[in-house]
Amino acid sequence: MTAGALRTLKVCVFLVCLVPLGKLALELLGVAGLSLGANPVEELIHRFGIWGLNFLMITLAVTPLRFMTGKNWLIRFRRMLGLFAFFYVLMHFLVYAGLDQGFDLSVILEDVVERPYITVGFTALLLLIPLAVTSTNRMMKRLGRRWQKLHRLVYPIAVLAVWHFYWQVKLDTLEPIVYIAILSFLLGYRFWRKYVRSAHPR
Amino acid sequence: MKRILSSEITSESNYRNRRQFIRDAGLAIGGGALASALPLVAAAEGRDLATVPGPHSTDETPNSWTDVTTYNNFYEFGTGKEDPYRNAGDFVTAPWSVKISGECDKPGTHALEDIMAPHTLEDRVYRHRCVEAWSMVVPWVGFPLGDLLKRFAPNSNAKFVRFKTLYDPKQMPGQRRAILDWPYVEGLTIAEAMHPLTLMVVGVFGKELPNQNGAPLRLVVPWKYGFKGIKSIVEIEFTRRQPRTSWELSAPHEYGFYANVNPEVDHPRWSQARERRIGAGLFASKQPTLMFNGYADEVAELYAGLDLRKNY
Ligand code: HEM
Repeated sequence: MTAGALRTLKVCVFLVCLVPLGKLALELLGVAGLSLGANPVEELIHRFGIWGLNFLMITLAVTPLRFMTGKNWLIRFRRMLGLFAFFYVLMHFLVYAGLDQGFDLSVILEDVVERPYITVGFTALLLLIPLAVTSTNRMMKRLGRRWQKLHRLVYPIAVLAVWHFYWQVKLDTLEPIVYIAILSFLLGYRFWRKYVRSAHPR
Repeated sequence: MKRILSSEITSESNYRNRRQFIRDAGLAIGGGALASALPLVAAAEGRDLATVPGPHSTDETPNSWTDVTTYNNFYEFGTGKEDPYRNAGDFVTAPWSVKISGECDKPGTHALEDIMAPHTLEDRVYRHRCVEAWSMVVPWVGFPLGDLLKRFAPNSNAKFVRFKTLYDPKQMPGQRRAILDWPYVEGLTIAEAMHPLTLMVVGVFGKELPNQNGAPLRLVVPWKYGFKGIKSIVEIEFTRRQPRTSWELSAPHEYGFYANVNPEVDHPRWSQARERRIGAGLFASKQPTLMFNGYADEVAELYAGLDLRKNY
């Protein structure tokens, strides 16, 4: 792929990644009869949470997809996708902290300490911060091999995120189970490639 | 100063027409995706009911028709809050009959019309507190459950009342997956059932109950979490022993038989100290939850000597 085509494609992907945010904005403003429903705060938390999780999964899908298709330029999109995951998760947290809990630090802290599903989600968010901070080219160069090691944190983060989703469900666990399946595939593929496939070269 | 909601300013029918118009416009454009993203129009409005003002009403402002009829937990029609509104439109509620059985002198099966006939329908505006820490104010229409139960002459063995929802997976898509042990079962002690606050509900806003709100006959127990308010009731049984309720069976450490609103006893996964009032707006803070949902003066005596931490 030429540098120009890649740049164009990057702009397109960037805009597509903003679609969930745009839709939320339209619903928030009540444009064209769209709405967030009777409980907008809850809806915002849920939608940002789901999209944070979706982008984590999409980010983790880049490498398997690259191996399967042989299209190495796919890797050039991974950083953007990862940062969008961070952005949506951060919004998820900010809506929770701001609109749901009114930035009441004692209540938030109590939730983080006493509600296991929030403890797990909060850990995932904290672990995402160093990844976001070290996503620049400069940091990549500066950290060298350690950069890669650090960014393997995305695996436990994804596990924590799906676990958090599973734990907050009231009754119907179908949706989180779908994510467990997707994540198992994404991580299982890497394991298979690294240990099983390389042990039996064809 | 009180915030005024747009849905309060726009009269109900204007509001509805506007929605209908927007939806038609969406369909006319031929944007299938657009149309499906738009809110559906609520099922045809029910008949007006002849009512008289009842006792025990709160003077808080009721939620809008839209809030009350589009934000529901009625898992028989799906687990999403808007699922009942979207899926219950074709639910057939006439003819409807209710079977009365168990420890009483006059068991039998009665048509809904006979169930309702002797009772005067009352408007009662109650606070409604969901176990998920949100709340509304709902203008119910109904009559005291106790008045109904007395007609069947419960005997001295009748210590509890057990209610059952219709089981009909053809009409109730949510019942096709075993997320709860269908049919939905709820229960009350006989004292709770006979309490003057406990209501058999057949309407809201002076009209027949919309399907998504539990038509044609549902229970409302305003000092308990909303899930006690069983919907679309087909069976009422007087029992000696405490009924095992659906939520209790599904997660006994999270949902108890009593399920009294209690800000001091948290759900294992979230706090019950405060609640989000639906319709209060994006930037409204949560409000404190009141003991027995603010009905402590009326009902606290029912639980004298009972450890409410153990009997949650
Ligand atoms: C990687 C980080 C995280 C991800 C991917 C994530 C994702 C999700 C998802 C998918 C849901 C369910 C949404 C739905 O049911 O539609 C959810 C719910 C929720 N999350 Fe997170 N989350 C993360 C971190 C956090 C953090 C840091 C907090 C707060 C400290 C938090 C608080 C909540 C709350 C309060 C709910 C809603 C529970 C309810 O409505 O009962 N999450 N999250």
